Amino acid sequence: MVKLASPEAAAQTKKATRAALGATLAELADAGVPVVAVDADLTGSTTTKKLADAGHADRLFNCGIAEQNMVDVAAGLSLAGNVAFTGSFAVFGTGRAYDQIRNTVCYSNLNVKIAPTHAGISVGPDGGSHQMLEDVALMRGLPGMRVLVPADFAAARAAIKLAAATPGPVYVRMGRAAVPCVYDDDVELEIGRAYVLREGTDVTIVANGVEIREALAAADALAAEGIAAEVIDAFSVKPLDGETIAASLAKTRCAVVAEEHSVNGGLGSAVCELAAEACPVPVERVGVRDRFGKSGEFEELLAYFSIDAAAIVDAVKKAVSRKGLC
Amino acid sequence: MDATQLAHKANDIRKDILVMITEAGSGHPGGSLSCTDILTALYFGGVLDHDAADPKKPGRDRFILAKGHAAPALYATLAHAGYFPTEELVTLRKLGTRLQGHPDSNLVPGVEVSTGSLGQGLSVAAGLACGLRLSGEEGHVFTVLGDGECEEGQVWEAAMFAAHQKLGRLVAIIDNNELQIDGCIHDVCDPGDLGAKFAAFGWDVREVDGHDIPALVDVLSAAKAADGEAPVCIVAHTVKGKGVSFMENQAGWHGKAPKPEELETALAELAAQAE
Repeated sequence: MVKLASPEAAAQTKKATRAALGATLAELADAGVPVVAVDADLTGSTTTKKLADAGHADRLFNCGIAEQNMVDVAAGLSLAGNVAFTGSFAVFGTGRAYDQIRNTVCYSNLNVKIAPTHAGISVGPDGGSHQMLEDVALMRGLPGMRVLVPADFAAARAAIKLAAATPGPVYVRMGRAAVPCVYDDDVELEIGRAYVLREGTDVTIVANGVEIREALAAADALAAEGIAAEVIDAFSVKPLDGETIAASLAKTRCAVVAEEHSVNGGLGSAVCELAAEACPVPVERVGVRDRFGKSGEFEELLAYFSIDAAAIVDAVKKAVSRKGLC
Repeated sequence: MDATQLAHKANDIRKDILVMITEAGSGHPGGSLSCTDILTALYFGGVLDHDAADPKKPGRDRFILAKGHAAPALYATLAHAGYFPTEELVTLRKLGTRLQGHPDSNLVPGVEVSTGSLGQGLSVAAGLACGLRLSGEEGHVFTVLGDGECEEGQVWEAAMFAAHQKLGRLVAIIDNNELQIDGCIHDVCDPGDLGAKFAAFGWDVREVDGHDIPALVDVLSAAKAADGEAPVCIVAHTVKGKGVSFMENQAGWHGKAPKPEELETALAELAAQAE
């Protein structure tokens, strides 16, 4: 089991996953890893500017507002032996540059890490145009791409280090909003592994990103009602840890998947695919239901789109009631 | 190679391009023939510092074929340069081949990056030039893009970036044959005077007859020697389908394979030119 933050730390520390990007790149550059960051006029927001602030200005490339060029410049930098990270917001860093990621980065199998921030509804008041809810679906469909969705600052730091250490394309999804810490500061994660954060026998809750804290809160509420939920962090959406998740499904016989993403094509779809092939049990998906986002504060939006702890509790009850029916 | 040898090499490459596309039954002869002399000048005119026996040689010059549909020209050039046997050329586009319809860098030695989706090569070349400068490597980065390709907006994102970064070791050659699939580029969606546009973006622009191989060698060598702050753009004025009378200046030969009898006529014309 991975080490979780102490209850005190979890209650007190709130930090955005995006804050890990520039800080970790600076840490890697200090250690001699040939990382470079390529951004598109958002170096402050994505925090890639911290790489320059730490004395590595020559390793930060600002393309201006030109995301397609950003991805292919990173591709070129990787050809010269660098570990190249791209920035921008998730909506532009994946959607606007999808063909560049597909045809140059993935098709050539280059050492480029697509690491945008401001994913999902965490970008809040900016509204639906900026709330990227389809990025995991887009990235998961690409051959050779690994997809990581860290839960908090410490996990994001670990994911960035993993991405740098793993040859080939990796997607790391980060958010704008400050979120409570889940993991111990020095947590280490592995690509392709899911982590059982809480054991239970009645239902499996598979989540990632900001939905981990919602899942843990839901598990507390369910325990009070006598339902023992197993909570799994599937931060590695691709490759998915089928072994750990299927073993849990075989034990609990039903599942809820929670993600700050569309219910189509992301973690929910990945777990349904796994269940269908490895352990057919009822699966309820908690996510944004085939629609665009809306302006509002992040915390409000979690409730508005029914992806908060209360929604997970409802979904668990539904999943449990369907046990044995399929 | 002297001028006569270079002309013969280009002639041989043209024959191979036509044979391989005919054998494949599909492919892009027009744009392959228009850039053949440019590739000949780069690979056989002493411009590129490269080594077929060591395709990843540190310090080498890099070449990126941005207009990836001209893959037959690149494959024939690389085979003649010794990167793989010329006998393999006829496997183009067939199941199991290394010679995919568009270049795949995971399969073909000498191909630095996969291309085929237009508009991306110049950005990759610019990033590569940044990377080589960062690590203190000597090499220059050359790329060939199509004039039709310059209708892609990303080309101008890259043009802006390369000038801003002062990538003097980046050389972009435009295969300016003035035709694209749907017709003349000035009729389809006119990109205007590309030399003037690159100059306006801060590039050092030069013009050349894209079928005069000694002139190409001169302008490419001069671009390499310049080592100024501005990236260099060479507008090479070319003829689509160059070397085959019935293909020249015909947009219809952009992406169509010759029939066997058309191949015979074309090869006979090229043989006559070689004499």
